[in-house]
Amino acid sequence: MNKQEVLQREFLLVRAKVLEIAACLDRIDRAEGDLPQNHQRELLSEAIGHLLGKTGNRAEQIQLLFSREYSDQWRSEFQL
Amino acid sequence: MYYFDPHIHMVSRTTDDYETLSKMGCVAVSEPAFWAGYDRGSVDGFRDYFEQLTSFEPSRAAQYGIQHYTWLCINAKEAENVELSREVIAMIPEFLNRPGVLGIGEIGLNKNTRNEATIFLEHLDLAMETNEQILIHTPHLEDKHQGTRMILDMLTGDQRINRNRVLVDHVEEHTIRPVLDAGFWAGMTLYPVSKCTPERAADMVEMHGPDHLLVNSAGDWGPSKPTAVPDFLLEMRRRGHAESLIRRVVYDNPIEFFSQSRGFNFQVPE
Ligand SMILES: [Zn+2]
Repeated sequence: MNKQEVLQREFLLVRAKVLEIAACLDRIDRAEGDLPQNHQRELLSEAIGHLLGKTGNRAEQIQLLFSREYSDQWRSEFQL
Repeated sequence: MYYFDPHIHMVSRTTDDYETLSKMGCVAVSEPAFWAGYDRGSVDGFRDYFEQLTSFEPSRAAQYGIQHYTWLCINAKEAENVELSREVIAMIPEFLNRPGVLGIGEIGLNKNTRNEATIFLEHLDLAMETNEQILIHTPHLEDKHQGTRMILDMLTGDQRINRNRVLVDHVEEHTIRPVLDAGFWAGMTLYPVSKCTPERAADMVEMHGPDHLLVNSAGDWGPSKPTAVPDFLLEMRRRGHAESLIRRVVYDNPIEFFSQSRGFNFQVPE
């Protein structure tokens, strides 16, 4: 499939998903109270930022954003 | 098209599911030992479970023309109990020569703790001493990347391991490359929500090629879809991929990987 065909096939699906995200963020805003220093909300904003990037690996970038940090020193830290 | 589900927990599924899988073209399943939804209290609990995996499930599957294979271990979640884990590891060899046993699995990490890593390494010792293949569970969500890297460190740091005899499951976009680059097999696990979808699995086949890549449903007692492999197959077809490419991932690859186990006595369907 070429770009246009892929886009045609996915357009309604992606449109619906973007709307879901928009409505969900509105829901958080509408709810009472304040967000405590909220890492999760910031992560979501950062992830949405990645969607506008021009790289071909947005999914991988977003996965890494939501990942705990890896240290290659873990074995000595665990004394294993 | 005939297919193979290389990672599915049939003990937690109904007989109706076997019937559905069979109707959809599933000719064989491989079932790794996993968590039962609660922590078992004794080594005898695991002995009974291994009995179920090696005798009852193969006969239940056979009624629908499905060949059932299995893997044995204590899973990463219960590996937090080091004392019990060591008792289970000592008991596993009682079952290793039963028909249909493919190796040690699914071992791995869950929350990436020291105890989990300790028991993972002891499972590797068992697999090396008994010349078994290994099937690996990588953790989910925010723990996946860190846990997968830790697992790869332990595997690549062990010179005894033949990487072609190790399958690392539940890979996603951020973990598939290091697994394949290191020479291991990789399994993509499809879930209805929250993890990898059939569409994203198809993307990964397009990006990385079909070599050393498997796809499974990991159907268990939680929200999961035992027919997820046919969903992947359909998605590949709808994108216009060749039948030979699809068959490679859902049929030829699992057979190539599992054929390295002495317990794999696959009968090709007529
Ligand atoms: Zn599993």
